[in-house]
Amino acid sequence: MNNNYKQQILEGSRAIALTIKNIRPAVISAYPITPQTHIVEDLAKFKADGQADYEYVRAESEFAAASIVAGASATGVRTYSATSSQGLLLMAEVIYNIAGMRLPVVMTCANRAVSAPINIWNDQQDVMAVRDAGWILLFAENHQEAVNQHIMAFELAERLKLPVMVNVDGYVITHTYEPVIIPTAEQIKKYLPDYQPAAGQFLDTQYPITLGALATPAHYLEIRQELHDDLTASLKTIEQEYTNFNKIINLPTPLSKGGAGGLDNGLIEYSGPKKPDTILIALGSVIGTIKEAVSPLIKGAGRIGILKIKCFRPFPASAILSIIKSAKNIAVIDKAISLGHIGPLAADIKAVAQGKTNANISSFIAGLGGRDITGEMIKKIIKLAGKKNNGAVFIGR
Amino acid sequence: MTDDNMIQIRIHGRGGQGVVTAAELIAIAAFKDGKQAQAFPSFGVERTGAPVESYVRIDERPIITREQIYRPDILIIQDASLLDSVDLAKGADKKTIVIVNTAKAGGLKINLPQANIHAIDAAKIALEIIGKNIVNTVILGAFAKTTDLVSLASLKSAIQEKFSGNQGLIDKNIRAIERAYDI
Repeated sequence: MNNNYKQQILEGSRAIALTIKNIRPAVISAYPITPQTHIVEDLAKFKADGQADYEYVRAESEFAAASIVAGASATGVRTYSATSSQGLLLMAEVIYNIAGMRLPVVMTCANRAVSAPINIWNDQQDVMAVRDAGWILLFAENHQEAVNQHIMAFELAERLKLPVMVNVDGYVITHTYEPVIIPTAEQIKKYLPDYQPAAGQFLDTQYPITLGALATPAHYLEIRQELHDDLTASLKTIEQEYTNFNKIINLPTPLSKGGAGGLDNGLIEYSGPKKPDTILIALGSVIGTIKEAVSPLIKGAGRIGILKIKCFRPFPASAILSIIKSAKNIAVIDKAISLGHIGPLAADIKAVAQGKTNANISSFIAGLGGRDITGEMIKKIIKLAGKKNNGAVFIGR
Repeated sequence: MTDDNMIQIRIHGRGGQGVVTAAELIAIAAFKDGKQAQAFPSFGVERTGAPVESYVRIDERPIITREQIYRPDILIIQDASLLDSVDLAKGADKKTIVIVNTAKAGGLKINLPQANIHAIDAAKIALEIIGKNIVNTVILGAFAKTTDLVSLASLKSAIQEKFSGNQGLIDKNIRAIERAYDI
């Protein structure tokens, strides 16, 4: 326990904005879009009130906002942006360029459904559109995890020269008040030093370099492979940084013991028995609802494990396999759908399980466009997980 | 879907009536009283006058569920005219406490034990003290008095925090809450 930290009750957006202020980026650029708006409004207000010294650049669109942070990052400074839904889709071209140019941009995606039909509420379809762009994709279950992941995101991005996106469920995290600890700028600095890229790593007239140059068929494949290899290798760094973060920023957060088979390593968090009958797997805030729904069931309803995927890209395949290999049934709950196939997370889990387990793996699609995922739905999914399910199973009520 | 000690509060009103702010104020006040709390909105279409719900949970232990509130222990109704169009009592039971803003206490279309229904003419107090028909904070005075779930001191402190920078608004809202509490 550490008495240097004080819990406060805050809206999720405010918690993220205060954390970003204390991380002290040099340049922030964003375009407001629901449900991300409160984050960037707060950041603009901190600047206007003289509480922060970053450049806050108002952009005319998300495409421009992403381009502005890309350009700023290329000059060797710490940058931040935030968006949602259509905003992320509009950024897509720049999102790929940021990763390809190895720019350490950090961005929050307040996850929201995409059009059409137009819908402002939460699901995770937006991030799936840029899943393959080469960013580290983190998902937070609650305010504290969102705060912690944002601090770690900058350390990872700047150390690895890879962009990091922290995903928080729109409204569910961004518009909810709950207790959270915001480390101060001084506390954060002990873990995350000022960003000082080496000469030759950024645009500098003293050391001229070109970023994003043309690569012919003779070189393109190797450059893409290098990005893939570095992203895959970052799994180890993410695990190490998680340990390092918890050592340096030693928050007095009560952690769940996680049961006999419990594991928490920065990539995944597992709570449940060592040999579960059924494992539920999901990304983001719905894990809280699952934990609440499962806890009274533990005694009577068989052995149930809950696997939270905190890092979706790079995909922590071996960590996941070590948990799921002993389960009979695996229920993957996606708040997104690869239209014409199954849930994106479910497809990844099936790929990991291929040849390694005979578990019955089902893809459940829930919570699209803000549909509330209830404890009753979780119980229904647990029941259905024991059956043979073909394709995506939509759980509407 | 919740443990026995968790208190679940559902607030009904219309867009523009401060339904979400009311939930946030209760959560902030409960937290100031040393409890764990969670508040979140359920927005419908983003326009003034449309029905809006917000939710609060209060507990001794950390709150992890994100589902909306289907079995409220407390129902706060900021606009009794909603009773004509929305089933506000859905999921409520004979123990649910109802706090409703209305000028006429009798004849409310709500099928719950009369003893649990607490009517307050919050609009009258709001018009008199705040000068606008914004009833959300006024009702919280009645909520604190009726349920004892948050202290009046913490509620006032929550108002100061939430409306920080606008002392006039803070003073008026605190006076309105005190009036409702003292009825």
